[in-house]
Amino acid sequence: MKKTLALILALVLCLGLLAACSGDKSGGSAAPTAAPGGTTAAPAANKDPIKIGYLGPLTGGVAQYGIAVQNGVKLYVDQLNAAGGIGGRQIELVSYDEEGDATKAITGYNSLLDSGVVAIVGDVTTGPCTAVVAEAYPDGTPMITASATATSITYNADTNTVYTNMFRSCFIDPFQGETMARFAVEVLKAKTAAVLYDNGDTYSTGVYEYFVSKAKELGLELVAEESYASGAVDFSGQLTNIASKNPDVLFLPIYYNDVALVASQAADAGLKALMLGVDGWSSVLDAVTDAALVEGAYYCSGYSAADTGALVQKFLGDYAAAYNGATPNMFDAQGYDAAWILCDAIAKAETSGKAYGSDEYKAEIIAAMKATNSDYVTGHVSYDDHNDPQKTAAIINIVGGEEKFWGSY
Amino acid sequence: MIVLQQLINGLQLGSIYSLIALGYSMVYGIIMLLNFAHGDIIMVGGYIALLIIGAGIHPAVAIIAAIVGCMVLACVIEKAAYAPLRKAPRISLLITAIGVSFFLENVAQLLLSANPRSFPNTAIIPTANFNLGSLNISLTTLVTLAVAIVSMALLTVLVNRTKMGKAMRAVSEDMGAAQLMGINVNRTITFTFAIGAVLAGIGAILYCCKYPQVKPTTGYLLGMKAFVAAVLGGIGSIPGAMLGGLAIGMAEVIVNALGYTTWADAVVYVILILVLLIKPTGFLGRTMSEKV
Repeated sequence: MKKTLALILALVLCLGLLAACSGDKSGGSAAPTAAPGGTTAAPAANKDPIKIGYLGPLTGGVAQYGIAVQNGVKLYVDQLNAAGGIGGRQIELVSYDEEGDATKAITGYNSLLDSGVVAIVGDVTTGPCTAVVAEAYPDGTPMITASATATSITYNADTNTVYTNMFRSCFIDPFQGETMARFAVEVLKAKTAAVLYDNGDTYSTGVYEYFVSKAKELGLELVAEESYASGAVDFSGQLTNIASKNPDVLFLPIYYNDVALVASQAADAGLKALMLGVDGWSSVLDAVTDAALVEGAYYCSGYSAADTGALVQKFLGDYAAAYNGATPNMFDAQGYDAAWILCDAIAKAETSGKAYGSDEYKAEIIAAMKATNSDYVTGHVSYDDHNDPQKTAAIINIVGGEEKFWGSY
Repeated sequence: MIVLQQLINGLQLGSIYSLIALGYSMVYGIIMLLNFAHGDIIMVGGYIALLIIGAGIHPAVAIIAAIVGCMVLACVIEKAAYAPLRKAPRISLLITAIGVSFFLENVAQLLLSANPRSFPNTAIIPTANFNLGSLNISLTTLVTLAVAIVSMALLTVLVNRTKMGKAMRAVSEDMGAAQLMGINVNRTITFTFAIGAVLAGIGAILYCCKYPQVKPTTGYLLGMKAFVAAVLGGIGSIPGAMLGGLAIGMAEVIVNALGYTTWADAVVYVILILVLLIKPTGFLGRTMSEKV
């Protein structure tokens, strides 16, 4: 008995030793390749790669968003590297999978800093992003998210703090509500509107509130404001109320699966109003049983693959070439833009003469991002006092069972 | 007028709940089992219809396949999971039923993923509306009401006028005595499950036509509400289940229409608690002194 125990212990020790050896080996093999680069180059013209981090979910429930953003980021970084990088320095992308979890995202943030990144693209969803920015703001780490749309990402209303290190390439929730209210009044000439929103979802209620305040400002009369609890499937009561008021437009700031349920029941309720939606509608045509149910509807999106602009067309081609002919979605495009905006800023920081990786260098990146004012795939970007992008939205119109790009608005 | 319109909405939702509540009530009446897997049978029925129509086969075939599929599934569950526990304490049966429910949900998730699938409802009932004055009635509503009424009428005839119905009533009255009178109890129980599942299959089609989406958890909340409907009507009572279903459907639509949407599901459970506190036998249930 004792012998077996001793044998097992000995084996465990050996394993531990082996693990340590292999660890040394990999560490040893990585160091020499990096060192010669550092020594051969003159200190003034550093040819080491510039390290940037990617923080987002690559597995778990929201992985599809994270993977899309990462694809976009990678595509831009690869293109930049192929074109010679920034001032001759290649960009090295270090990825960390936080599985959509806020605690793991903070671990990931620290791990990325330890690996020497100067800036981070991420996080992808609002929850983890809010958690990380609270850590990154005191550190002064430049960050840009491709997809977190809540206002709280860059501005903490409780403490009246603007997270000056945090930027984004997507538009924010209030923007969608306001844009669709303006669109209803200015383009569709609507006089009356109704809203049906999900009162258990921050995104939906947020967009709804901004739609209502903008509608009031523009004199658009709200004849019905109905809501439902998250996960509900029966909307007949609410839709009957709305139908009885016969509004010109019905604003649905909800996700595509719910749109499918609402559209079918709206037809049953005899509702004739034109439907307006938000970016949660993307891929709505896959969800509805009959495209005729949402015929004529308009929704706003961060980007449209049907946009005929030169930047979008080039992006579509490059993306298809890099990913087996796939069509990029909104997250891919915003990820690409996030990397682009960040790398533009790093290029400016590189010319500032500040020491690579120092706090001053990071401050230069932040200042350069703040000064962003140019055209990207998802539209023209500049930043306001709260680091929220001033962008245009792509309006998508559903015509003849297809999503058509109506224009930028 | 809008009140009348809302009542029609409630009637439609309620008649679907009624069909499903009948399955709960009949099974409870006969073997004192709250068959929590009943809701998930609806989910399976929805998927069967969806996949068959998706394969380009005529919707009529899909409807029949869904109903037959539900029936076979219910019989298999009864034989495999419940029959061996006939003599076991009732709590074992209840826990088994919950286990079967989880099993069905997770198998569905494994095979068909957790993403909701859209149900081709227009292939079964085309979109059309009829106007009676300012009253608007959709074809889906008309079909739902008609099918529910016919199904319930047939069920009433089956239970009250046929030999099998008599056997069902006898077994639910006293299983031991029924056996002594020469009634094949096991066959009668399986038959009851089959009838309940046929109603669930019909309910599944009607539900999916109104709410064109199927996901592995579709049956969960639906089953819960139908269960509450059965309790409200008096569990074990067939007319009670019909009444209870209509009442729950009405209550839900009215709460939504009044704007208290966050309370829509809560109201259903409040009704359950109130019934259990004030009148545990429901509208039409028998007084059962020994039951807990």
